[in-house]
Amino acid sequence: MTRRYLVRRLLQVFPICAAILLVGFLLIHLAPGDPVLAVAGDSGDEQYYAEMRERFGLDRPLPVQLGIYAGKVVKGDFGVSYTRGRPAREVIAERVPASLLLATTALVVAVVVGIGFGVVAATRQRGILDVATSTVALGLYAAPVFWVGQLAVLFFALRLDWFPVQGMTSADRSGGGWHHILDVVHHLALPALVLASQEIGAISRLARSGLLDELGRDHIRTARAKGVRERSVLLKHAMRRALLPVVTVIGGRVGYFVSGAVVVEILFAWPGVAQLLVSSVQSRDIPIVLGIFFLVSLIVVIANLLTDLAYVWLDPRIRYR
Amino acid sequence: MLPRGVIRRVVRRPAGAIGLGLTALFALTAAFAPRLAPFDPFSVDGPSLGRPSGRYPMGTDALGRDILSGIIHGARTAILVTGLVAVMVLVLGVLVGTTAGWLGGRIDDVLMRLTELFQVLPRFFLAIVVVALFGPGLNRLILVLGLTSWVLLARVVRAEVLSLREREFVEAASASGASGFRIVVREILPNALPVAVAYLGLVLAQVLLIESSLGFLGLGDPNVISWGAMASNAGQFARVAWWLPVFPGMAVVLAVLGLNLLADAVTDVLSGR
Repeated sequence: MTRRYLVRRLLQVFPICAAILLVGFLLIHLAPGDPVLAVAGDSGDEQYYAEMRERFGLDRPLPVQLGIYAGKVVKGDFGVSYTRGRPAREVIAERVPASLLLATTALVVAVVVGIGFGVVAATRQRGILDVATSTVALGLYAAPVFWVGQLAVLFFALRLDWFPVQGMTSADRSGGGWHHILDVVHHLALPALVLASQEIGAISRLARSGLLDELGRDHIRTARAKGVRERSVLLKHAMRRALLPVVTVIGGRVGYFVSGAVVVEILFAWPGVAQLLVSSVQSRDIPIVLGIFFLVSLIVVIANLLTDLAYVWLDPRIRYR
Repeated sequence: MLPRGVIRRVVRRPAGAIGLGLTALFALTAAFAPRLAPFDPFSVDGPSLGRPSGRYPMGTDALGRDILSGIIHGARTAILVTGLVAVMVLVLGVLVGTTAGWLGGRIDDVLMRLTELFQVLPRFFLAIVVVALFGPGLNRLILVLGLTSWVLLARVVRAEVLSLREREFVEAASASGASGFRIVVREILPNALPVAVAYLGLVLAQVLLIESSLGFLGLGDPNVISWGAMASNAGQFARVAWWLPVFPGMAVVLAVLGLNLLADAVTDVLSGR
């Protein structure tokens, strides 16, 4: 990978982050009512408002305000949550671990199962598994994640009673240690599977077509002719480049994935960022809502960056100016 | 906006026929909702949590409202949102795509950077921010989704314009003294629009998923019936009334599937596959 491409791609991140900041700033000022209400809530007194105006520079000209606001957001200062009376960043940070646990588990499951389905479908073309995978993928692609989750709850939690319906832990805290970890895993399984399901469809479809493309190429025929074992042909020779479209699809769908995570967290009452987000929207706790918006935007920007870098790393043939 | 031959060839494909059928069902249900619905969707005179029966084919909710009537009226909300977003997306996407592709150079660069920005902007979360700042409502939801969903169309139209620009009939029009504006309107747009319309279906399917997910989170317009909100109300009764969570989500799936299948089929036919 050439260094110039790397530098240019890294530099692209800044104008995009600046623009996202600008969008947030403009929305605050377009909203009805005094913008101080957006950073300080509507239950403060005059003295508090004066203090917050000063702190966020709301009595200064707009461009200056934008500068001040940008400076604060870059440092992670989104204002004070007025329902909780603490910095929004602190409140959000407390919820991140639970969300991260659910999201990473779901992503790992989606990648492993998705690629697995893709490999099976590609090696047994037009077999029952191939057709079944494609059909399920098409269905999952169209289904809202809340519906997949509701059906999963109806069947696996309520009817079969395999998993708990909601929450991250049982009320019974006895046992501790391993007992506690197993309890969390038991609660995690169903939401993680539901969240993974919306990605499995897309990943398996692309892994399949990527592998089929690759298996038809000359270097694969050469490898087979040399007597390389089929397993090794598949895993060593074909997989690397076949994964290119999979990497793109995962990177390009980060926005959907995170939106899906919000829905899944609400459906399963998972104690993560999403519950905080929805309750903050209902109570108009703007610093929290905007803080989460900036956090998610940053995740999407970084994921896109990593996707592009992974692309270069996976396919050395690609040369960038 | 689509040549007649295209529609005929789309219907001949099984996926295209199913897609068109589902989309038509979706549109017609919305158009004739008051006549089709057996009950007033707000009237509470049915049994509470009544099982699906001859009188209430999809059962009733906790307040005794007919689910089927709710789903039929919910189609109106869904089509109102997707329809108006479609108009905005089509106008913005075609405008940006044509300008960038036809003028090229610096303007193309600027417009493409703008497209990149809109591509990373998380639409779902932006819509949530708007609800938090402005309160829930269909008009702002439509506005925010319309203003942020045109990226795919702009890219597709730009690519199409770039290739059309080099064709003989455009050169001929240019040689015969037609102005740039005239060439774009008379020669380029009629050829670029069908592709835009094909991709529009995919965009609208996503829009519908976002709208219903917001409804599910309880952030939709509280004054209208929507599939997402119906699904959200089902939550606490799922244990005793399976029909509450099953049917609203199914309506979303059918509408989204219809739009996806139709868009795929039209794209395939247009590209000669």
